[in-house]
Amino acid sequence: MLTMTDIKKVFRTDVVETHALRDFNLQVDEGEFVAVTGPSGSGKTTFLNIAGLLETFDGGIYQLDGEDVSHFNDKQRSRMRNEKIGFIFQSFNLIPDLDLFDNVDVPLRYRGFNSAERKRRIEQSLETVGLANRMKHLPAQLSGGQQQRVAIARALAGEPRFLLADEPTGNLDSQMATSVMELLKSINDTGTTIIMVTHDPQLAAEAKRNIQVRDGRVSEVDNVMPLKAATA
Amino acid sequence: MFQYYLKLSLKSLRRNPILSALMVTAIALGIGACMTILTVNYVMSSDPIPHKSDKLFYVQLDSWDPYQPAREPNDPPDQITWTDATNLMQEKAAFRQAAMASSNGVIEPADQDSKPYLASMRLTYSDFFSMFDVPFLYGSAWDAAADEQEQLVAVISKATNDRNFGGENSVGQTLRVAGENFRIVGVVDDWQPVPRFYDVTTGAFDDTEEVYLPLALKMPLELPSSGNVNCWKEPDGDGFIAFLQSECVNYQMWVELPSDADKQRYMDFLDNYANQQKALGRFPRPLNNKLSDVMQWMEYNNVVNDDAEVMLWLSFMFLAVCLLNTIGLLLAKFSTKASEIGLRRAVGASRGDLFRQHLVETAMIGLAGGLAGLGLAWLGLRGIEAIFGEFVSKMVHMDTNMIIVALALALVSSILAGLYPTWRACNIAPAGQLKSQ
Repeated sequence: MLTMTDIKKVFRTDVVETHALRDFNLQVDEGEFVAVTGPSGSGKTTFLNIAGLLETFDGGIYQLDGEDVSHFNDKQRSRMRNEKIGFIFQSFNLIPDLDLFDNVDVPLRYRGFNSAERKRRIEQSLETVGLANRMKHLPAQLSGGQQQRVAIARALAGEPRFLLADEPTGNLDSQMATSVMELLKSINDTGTTIIMVTHDPQLAAEAKRNIQVRDGRVSEVDNVMPLKAATA
Repeated sequence: MFQYYLKLSLKSLRRNPILSALMVTAIALGIGACMTILTVNYVMSSDPIPHKSDKLFYVQLDSWDPYQPAREPNDPPDQITWTDATNLMQEKAAFRQAAMASSNGVIEPADQDSKPYLASMRLTYSDFFSMFDVPFLYGSAWDAAADEQEQLVAVISKATNDRNFGGENSVGQTLRVAGENFRIVGVVDDWQPVPRFYDVTTGAFDDTEEVYLPLALKMPLELPSSGNVNCWKEPDGDGFIAFLQSECVNYQMWVELPSDADKQRYMDFLDNYANQQKALGRFPRPLNNKLSDVMQWMEYNNVVNDDAEVMLWLSFMFLAVCLLNTIGLLLAKFSTKASEIGLRRAVGASRGDLFRQHLVETAMIGLAGGLAGLGLAWLGLRGIEAIFGEFVSKMVHMDTNMIIVALALALVSSILAGLYPTWRACNIAPAGQLKSQ
């Protein structure tokens, strides 16, 4: 479902070249919950950005859901992100002056759904994260954990095949982190593939599969759970 | 999506009210200055009689000094002599024709309590009124017989009628002008062509006259000349008649020629007339007669003078400076939205989606700036009126066209100003913004 073969990514400035990813190889199958760990600067976030088509790469082949996305133009990448990928960020990235309804609505607007379909999806995804009764609240009126739940609802509203989460509990206390992690696991149980970057080994241990990134390469793979969720 | 973009734009404008207000103010100042000057230029250069301006022609005859042209490089004088004016009128070679001159005379109101006052007068022929579509409140123009028989008839302005007859229908009544009793045959309704094209020699933006009399009365009543009188040689003798029959030019001549063939025929007529005069010892210069339609005549006389055009360019430069400021402010505004733009890119907005969204936002700023600019333009025009007084009062009114132009100018210029900031915003790398929020 997600296959990266010999992916390379180099960041260049006038004086220095940084090889963020080198010969990065990874396959993620449908329904997996993959935790990506590694020290700071190892290339975890770069991998996630490339996986989410937020960044281009300098070499290798990347196939997503059966399509080689290496030569996708901006419009094709945008459509792929919109239809197949949901993002969850460490700092939630909610738009402060939009209420929860409108925040969850953002990706749906670019999908071309009519207003009834958008409303149905927004209500359903907010229901899933337990915030259906707070649709008209602004993000600032919620706790951090609730804000992250809204971000998850936004990611879910488009019914994506992938969820990419970058330190989703990094800004939360342990109680809220546990709650968000439980939510992610329940989403994975419905068949959505999740790739989560985290520093927290305890959190990573809760994923079905762990990979470690070091010096821009996948250096260690364990807990491989082939296709279990896909058949669930 | 357009409605969605509008909603987002409104929210965005409210998010940074001071920045938004600064941008609207910058555009408003530019548009206000531009529209103030543009309005004055527009009115100055507008067609005062659009439905027939290409059929009305001003006549120039070169009766001037053989050794130097009336106007460089080789142009005939701007006006014609009394002799030529009366000769051309007698021939009746055009569909309509009216020689004319400005004059003035004292009006003695019938009301003994009212003091006599000096009134501006236009001495002309009956065709003047039909040729220039002069509107009548009461009565009508005098007829051709009144011209021929030198009848003491007058057409008066609405203001003159209000002043002397309390606004009542004064047709048939008598008005004492220049020491004679005139029978009023018509009262002109409000009429102020801008520019006052029929006589730009004394001022293209002067008021229309208070009283209109037959030009044929000038000689018997010895009505005075006003306006510009130019002579290339001294009159042969002293006195009113000698001056009238001199080579001094003080008369304007307009003809109405409905077709190109009529114009060609009249031109031939003028050349024949000039040749006849040459045979009589006049017109020492080579044939050089001209017919100019209304707009050609306005342009020839620089009705929109060079100063006004320089001011126009300066105002456009000021608008450009305001737009440069707006570009800076938009860059600042859009940079504060980097994380939102990054997020929108991440969840599926293409560069095109974001480009359109931000163009709608800049267009809204432009529209608000345009509306505020219209207010400033109105203030600017009132300021011009306060400084220059009545002289410019006819030039300082914005019509629907100018309001549309102002809003379109604001819209287009703000969108142009927004192109670079919008392009920058759309090219923000989303990955960098999402992690750093």
